[in-house]
Amino acid sequence: MSAPAVEVQHLRKVYGSGHTEVVAIRDASLTIARGEIVGMLGPSGSGKSTILTAMALINPPTSGQVMIGGAAVLDGPKALVDLRAFRRQHLGFVFQKANLIPFLTALENVQIALEVNDTAPKAARARAMELLDYLGVGERAGNLPVALSGGEQQRVAVARALANNPSLILADEPTAALDSQRGRQVMELFAKVAHERNAGVLVVTHDHRTLDVFDRIVDVEDGMIHERPPSQPVQSS
Amino acid sequence: MNLAVRDIRHNSGRFVFTTLGIGLLLMIVMGMGGIYRGLIYEATLLVDRVGADLWVVQGGTRGPFAEVSRISASLEDRVRAVPGVANARRFVSHTIQRVHQGRPLRMVVQGLSWPEDRGGWIPLVAGRALRQAHYEMIADLSLHLPLGEKVRLGKDVYEVVGHTRGMVGTSGDGLTFFTVSDALAIQSDVPGEAVRLERAARRARLEDIEIGRLQPLLLDRAAGPSGSIPALSKPQVSAVLVTLQPGADAAAVRATLSNWPDISVFSTQEQKDLLLSGMVDKAKRQLGLFRVLLIIISTIIIALIIYTLTLDKIRDIALLKLIGARNGVIGGLILQQSLLMGAFGYALAWVIGQFTFPHFPRLVVVERSDLMSLGFIVLVISTLASLLGIWKALRVEPNTVLSA
Ligand SMILES: Nc1ncnc2c1ncn2[C@@H]1O[C@H](COP(=O)(O)OP(=O)(O)OP(=O)(O)O)[C@@H](O)[C@H]1O
Ligand SMILES: [Mg+2]
Repeated sequence: MSAPAVEVQHLRKVYGSGHTEVVAIRDASLTIARGEIVGMLGPSGSGKSTILTAMALINPPTSGQVMIGGAAVLDGPKALVDLRAFRRQHLGFVFQKANLIPFLTALENVQIALEVNDTAPKAARARAMELLDYLGVGERAGNLPVALSGGEQQRVAVARALANNPSLILADEPTAALDSQRGRQVMELFAKVAHERNAGVLVVTHDHRTLDVFDRIVDVEDGMIHERPPSQPVQSS
Repeated sequence: MNLAVRDIRHNSGRFVFTTLGIGLLLMIVMGMGGIYRGLIYEATLLVDRVGADLWVVQGGTRGPFAEVSRISASLEDRVRAVPGVANARRFVSHTIQRVHQGRPLRMVVQGLSWPEDRGGWIPLVAGRALRQAHYEMIADLSLHLPLGEKVRLGKDVYEVVGHTRGMVGTSGDGLTFFTVSDALAIQSDVPGEAVRLERAARRARLEDIEIGRLQPLLLDRAAGPSGSIPALSKPQVSAVLVTLQPGADAAAVRATLSNWPDISVFSTQEQKDLLLSGMVDKAKRQLGLFRVLLIIISTIIIALIIYTLTLDKIRDIALLKLIGARNGVIGGLILQQSLLMGAFGYALAWVIGQFTFPHFPRLVVVERSDLMSLGFIVLVISTLASLLGIWKALRVEPNTVLSA
């Protein structure tokens, strides 16, 4: 059994200080294995994005540990590795919207992720094309993001997230801007990626209709993570 | 993949207009440098073309260009007697401003030492050199006097017989060439009434003193033409130009002439230095100051535009950081845009200059070395201008992507 894709322990995040202090995460621990897709649910303001961005190494916690692929990466706010290098080598991201660079074509948006990780331009281009085909947006490779539909944009974003074969993919409400049919397609893509490419995938979502794609679901409430028992039947209301 | 070019293509409007503005500013910077070179060229043109080895001028002065110099025309003959001197010419030069056909006509009147010097050395573009001792002139094209045109100067009328191009005096006024005696006549022309008054005054002065009363014949002399009065000096010239014999020892000739207390001697190079250190120097500093200011303004404009272009794509930069792009990639994006703006502006300045500089009222001489140093300056200011944007870009946090 290889090391988990990500493991966070006793995360705590406090925004601001004094009378403006907000405790966004109280005490959160979570482990996601490679090849596993986990859904994260919870009311607005419960701290989901804060947990996800802490794992994404762009919003360091006040205290707690973050380990990715078995390597200790963050100890509280302290970086134990070069975070930017770690992101490009091991992580992939998809957010709700505006994931793409507007002046680059679909292909270039994927290609740039490979090039910043030192892939030669030619190889990067070939691999980017391959990924776009894999995600079913190969024909749109030469289009700028404005010319793509919301669903196509998210597929390109997923392609970019996959570019460097990350061990962990983090997605924050990736389907919020999509209609339910396209939302489901994207969710199924994430499941496919987790299972076929052996990546750990964490998806924050509000969409209760697509919960069946997840291997496991966690609920966030008031800055705490609650594991949903596997026995509980998946709602499809 | 080059991000800078792709972003510019996406944002081309603003980039193009700013580059256009920078191009115009740099064109002015280029033009000012060219005007300075033009000043030097025009200031020294006559000194160069006249082809003298030594300039003999009034003792103690730095004439004839930097200040007024007056020497007797007969000095020409004294100088000719010095061993090693091949030839000596009288030099008369003064600027006049008259009205011709209802428009102001400002020109430099240049005397040629007729008959030895008929202006064979003057590069004519049309017409011919002087053929007679009086009433002919060669005019520069910048004066807009056609061949055959009759110009009244003083009491006489002169016909334009030849044209030069680009022959101007130290202030940029067109040159005209006359025989020395015509040039002097133009210079010392006085109205008839003034002549009559002067004769009457001479007579009155003479009557006041004893010799006038004792020698009544003198009174008649005094009322006659000034040329017939031995006590009055002959017209004076500005300088005498010395041409040395081939192989003559310039230093020896100079040493001989320097022993004459009534004159000063300068080489052609010294004459040029006098011109440049005197009249051109202030213009140079003035133009230099403007160039520095314009370069600073260009830097600020480039910096501000690069900064706003950076602010516009700050989320994209945050996204690049999120996916792990190194600072070099981000800084390079901004630096390259700044350099492209500078480079295009510079190229534009050059192209616009090619078309506009020839129409400037004064000569613009754009030299290769000036182009190269301006190119280097543009390189430096573009780099400096990118620093503000780079500083901003490097400070942005990757999680800015999420706060949309
Ligand atoms: N940068 C910040 N500064 C101060 N408080 C913040 C900041 N970001 C989030 N918070 C607060 O932290 C808490 C958790 O926010 P978070 O964005 O993690 O919630 P969420 O579960 O993602 O909500 P949503 O479902 O609306 O996206 C909220 O009370 C929010 O107001
Ligand atoms: Mg959120």
